[in-house]
Amino acid sequence: MNKRNLIRGILYAFLTLLALVCLIPFAMMIVNSTRSNTEIVRGFTLIPGKSLIENYKNMMYHMDVTDGIFKGIWLGYKNSFIIAVSVTILSGYFSALTAYGFYAFDFKGKKVLFTLILIMMMIPSQLGLLGFYELNKALKTLDSYIPLIVPSIATPFTVFFMRQYLISTMHPALLEAARIDGANEVTIFHKIVLPIMLPAIATMSIFAFIGAWNNYLVPLTIISSPHKYPLPVLMGYLKGGKVSENLGSMYLAISMSVAPIIIAFMFLSKYIISSISAGSVKE
Amino acid sequence: MNSRNKYGYLFISPFFIVFSIFGIYPILLSLYMSFTDYKGIGSPFNANWVGLQQYARLIKDTYFLQAFINTWKIWGVNIVLQLALALILAVIFSDVRLKLKGVSLYRAIFYLPNLMTVSSVALLFLFILDWQHGALNGLLLKAGFISRPINWLGQPQTAQLSVSLIQTWLWFGHTFIIIFAGIEGISKDYFEAAMIDGANRTQTFFKVTLPLLKPIMIYVVITSLIGGLQLFEIPFLMSQNGLGGPEGSLVTMVLYLFNQAFKYRNFGYAAAVAYGLFFIILIFSIVVFKGMFKEEA
Repeated sequence: MNKRNLIRGILYAFLTLLALVCLIPFAMMIVNSTRSNTEIVRGFTLIPGKSLIENYKNMMYHMDVTDGIFKGIWLGYKNSFIIAVSVTILSGYFSALTAYGFYAFDFKGKKVLFTLILIMMMIPSQLGLLGFYELNKALKTLDSYIPLIVPSIATPFTVFFMRQYLISTMHPALLEAARIDGANEVTIFHKIVLPIMLPAIATMSIFAFIGAWNNYLVPLTIISSPHKYPLPVLMGYLKGGKVSENLGSMYLAISMSVAPIIIAFMFLSKYIISSISAGSVKE
Repeated sequence: MNSRNKYGYLFISPFFIVFSIFGIYPILLSLYMSFTDYKGIGSPFNANWVGLQQYARLIKDTYFLQAFINTWKIWGVNIVLQLALALILAVIFSDVRLKLKGVSLYRAIFYLPNLMTVSSVALLFLFILDWQHGALNGLLLKAGFISRPINWLGQPQTAQLSVSLIQTWLWFGHTFIIIFAGIEGISKDYFEAAMIDGANRTQTFFKVTLPLLKPIMIYVVITSLIGGLQLFEIPFLMSQNGLGGPEGSLVTMVLYLFNQAFKYRNFGYAAAVAYGLFFIILIFSIVVFKGMFKEEA
């Protein structure tokens, strides 16, 4: 019995150490955003400093004046929100629509088209990157949000997930009843199917939002005007500029860029984790 | 086909219209570009057709070979550490005799890094690992583990190791959740039977748990391979916007692709690099898949 308690003690110590390794970089980031440059250079401590407002002012000043992005970080928030919210809505709605199309109807070429979706799920995203850039150059949509938002109408994995969801939860009798009542197919989708699919849409929306918020490579190649940068690209841009000369300001900017994700995770962590476990076991 | 089923086309058409334009066409256009000497000026359709020349260049390109080796080193260290850590955690949390508490809290903490904006994480670690003013060296010096600051990002070996460790830090929680869910899904009968037969923990792990986890391990390794061989953000942001770190040790395959296209304007060649990378991923996914299933047969 004593031996078992000893083992448990050691394991808890190991787990706590690992948890600290996960959390300390975030603690460093938050604490350092309240400390002045000289304090940060002198060494690390977990005690917050008093320079938060000063760091903020310095960051804003350099973004406004040196980099020429007026209200830089807030503009970055606005840009990221516009993109992430649009992506979430489009991918949620159109994936549900497509999944239902595959679930409820029999039409020629259905199998081939669904197989195409499965294949596209496996293809690495960088394969089409240069063609995507050239396409947008030809369409004159470079430096706009169209290439970042519109493609989310076609999100293969989300369609796949939602079709699985429909197969396991939908009652065909419900659809039959609505049809006998004379409802047309488009109405049936909006009034009956969409509400039933809400849990699946919500799950996928969390991941769609976070994915769009964190996206870096595509906006980096597409967006060239600093005032249109979403936050991740803005962060990379700041690194080479005046803001990064003051470490406290840079830590503050990084903290602000991940704050929405941390807050979302606090409320949704159980939900997020259970959908990852569920998704992987079913596959 | 009755008239109702025609609605199927209506419902899936927005997806397939957008999919054709923004999904399939760019892939085909990249393929076309890889057969030209397109330099990013004007239209790829006005560039000269050079046949397989770009691919011939790719095979002989020692810089690409270096990028290939760098990517594998960084991914290899990361996947071994990540899997080992995730397996250990999954095993100790699922052990019926230990009954460890707090699994959902630990799981949430371990998973947190995975959701973070990767570019912000890269910058954060760039500052934490800074040679002179970085928090890590400060911490290690204070604790007395080292006597002189280590230039983590200044030497090829430590730079690659740093990126591997950051990748592990980002992904072990995710892998743990998947493997843990897999172990929870194994019927308790197997473990009880092993216990009755007098198997100890090590025997149970190697003879019962591991073989039953094989499909999930394959899933983890292949998805990690696909993502890991496309590693870009962290090396890009940690090496002065793509210069590639000490002795080019942080030039990954996608970073090389990016530089060839957007820095040197060799779009045709960069497209060949993209297809080269695609075939590398395809071949190794098949090798992993076959290799891991073959052991069983």
